[in-house]
Amino acid sequence: MSAPLTMFEPLTMFEPLTMFEKIWRRHTVTEDDDGQALLAIDRHLVHEGSARGFEILARRGLKVRRPDRTVGMADHIVPTAPGRTALTGFQRAALELFQRNLDGAGVRAFGLGDDRQGIVHVVGPEQGITLPGMTVVCGDSHASTHGALGAYGLGIGASEVAHVLATQTLWQRRPRTMRITVTGDLGPGVTAKDLILAVIGRIGADGATGHVIEYAGPAIRALSMEGRLTVCNMSIEAGARAGLIAPDETTLRYVRGRPFAPAGADWDRAAQDWLGLATDPGARFDQEIRMDATAVAPMVTWGTSPQDVVGVDGRVPDPGQADETRREAMRQALDYLGLVPGTPIEGIPVDRVFIGSCTNGRLEDLRAAAEVVRGRSVAPGVTAVVVPGSTPVRHAAQREGLDEVFRAAGFEWREAGCSMCVGLNGDIAAPGERVASTSNRNFVGRQGPGARTHLMSPAMAAAAAVTGCLTDVRRLIEGRTG
Amino acid sequence: MDPFRTLTAIAAPLPMPNVDTDQIIPARFLRAGRDGGFGRACLHDVRFGPDGEPRADLPLNHPAVQGAQILVSGPNFGCGSSREEAVYALWDFGIRAVIAPGFGDIFYGNALKNGMVPVVLPEPEVAELTARLQAAPGSRLTVDLDARTVSDEDGVARPFAITEFARRRLLEGLDELDHTLSLLPEIDALEQQMRRQWPWNAGLPSPTPSSD
Repeated sequence: MSAPLTMFEPLTMFEPLTMFEKIWRRHTVTEDDDGQALLAIDRHLVHEGSARGFEILARRGLKVRRPDRTVGMADHIVPTAPGRTALTGFQRAALELFQRNLDGAGVRAFGLGDDRQGIVHVVGPEQGITLPGMTVVCGDSHASTHGALGAYGLGIGASEVAHVLATQTLWQRRPRTMRITVTGDLGPGVTAKDLILAVIGRIGADGATGHVIEYAGPAIRALSMEGRLTVCNMSIEAGARAGLIAPDETTLRYVRGRPFAPAGADWDRAAQDWLGLATDPGARFDQEIRMDATAVAPMVTWGTSPQDVVGVDGRVPDPGQADETRREAMRQALDYLGLVPGTPIEGIPVDRVFIGSCTNGRLEDLRAAAEVVRGRSVAPGVTAVVVPGSTPVRHAAQREGLDEVFRAAGFEWREAGCSMCVGLNGDIAAPGERVASTSNRNFVGRQGPGARTHLMSPAMAAAAAVTGCLTDVRRLIEGRTG
Repeated sequence: MDPFRTLTAIAAPLPMPNVDTDQIIPARFLRAGRDGGFGRACLHDVRFGPDGEPRADLPLNHPAVQGAQILVSGPNFGCGSSREEAVYALWDFGIRAVIAPGFGDIFYGNALKNGMVPVVLPEPEVAELTARLQAAPGSRLTVDLDARTVSDEDGVARPFAITEFARRRLLEGLDELDHTLSLLPEIDALEQQMRRQWPWNAGLPSPTPSSD
């Protein structure tokens, strides 16, 4: 029997935990002294790129262990042209193989004919498949998106896809923790996308490598669920393993009533549990960063990494003024982008505009873009497309008449899918074309060989579409609100 | 997976930061599958110009480094997407170890699972190695996983850190999946406990009709 406690001892026994630690502990099957743990996985989201994982499984003679925790969604390679009538041979073969794999394993699929089809990281939260406190994995790095609900979302490779299919677990080394606390209010025309681009610009593309980021503070709390999904989505662009936001009333309002969300007495228990996931007062993080939202302007990338970012009211930076270790990379980036140091960001002409992706393809994003576009026209010589993140988003936007706003202005209104975010589905820019994009990566060739990508918010992309150049959206929305 | 103990091989320098997985294997090459020639696709738009000709000024294209099995690159190597094809492309190009000041987390894990060694060294040491390799193309390095060191031709050994979990799997060529399958009773036990405590996290229920 243990010795009796003094009145002070219970206090010293209580260990304040971060939200990440609470989720990690719940899901740990075993953990060694090195911090290497086997984690139980609640949800496995698979897309058409999962073929290799199923192939490894078949070669080993193994079955999908928990088909009821696995969901398939067609998004990466699907065509987005209206009607989706023109499938290439590659697309048809890949989609057929995907469906065969899912059917053979008894896995639920949201394929092209399904009213719930869309980008995996839009559909998961939208359908209530992802819930707070869960571990969620996907063979796509932007699984960090699901952290907006307070779920631990991890992007994994094909070998790990096979491992999760076979065992419903994943080996992970315990990451370090980082809290980014954002105070103040975002100004008019400044969005969650601008905030996360500012974060990446501040800490760098590898600033959070080996870490899980928890976003906190009044500016984060003030974000809608859609805004939080955008922030967590791009955590990977700062090198983070995942991004998390503690569940609160905003989370509960968003989740309640979703098709796969708990209901009745289960809802009450779940909601109470989810609110308890919040980081305990006094819990320690390996790194703490503070930012002021009032200092964030609408942001635009100028280079070939999301860390290459500046306010729209700024100028293309001069490599000569940069740290010596970055100079050559900056020169190469500017050469690829066809930009001259010192050029004002505003006024740089664009050829193409893409509004969509798992970063910014939700209803709130489309509303923000439509607000800028309303009563205006796409500039001559600019091709502009809107690709909703899911079929339900598309239908909801159509019910609100947003499709008409976009079409009237000269935008293409497309079907749901990843589209121009990843050059796998036919939606690419031509070499040398400059793209104003609401996606998450401005890597060399990401949107097609030689394509020049500038990342920005949906409102900023809409402003570029109607003016024909990178434009401070704040000037276009003055007098339109309130 | 074949065991990895020690590798002495030609090392090729690629002095670029943030070499992302889209550069390691551009998306357009994924359609053909691995049989379509991932080795040729590896770093394609870095190695070749728009005209399809090799970039003569790229150290990686120097005749003396052809057949290199070690790549030395800049910070944040393998950042970006989770595509494991980035590892397959490097492997099919002949690379068995990558030395860099840091790696994208997902790439790092994917490399280990395919028997490729991602070696993290401090940035000044990587810069020094890169300078040596550029000055003397075709130079060899030794990656010794037993000793956890990278040595140059002068015998200067630089220690690197790797978890014992990862090191043991590489040294013995162990299959992670086999190991996990032996833990199924423990996995089942945790799942049952979780089902009792958090029933809403269990398998997906039949959905209520979509509002759409």
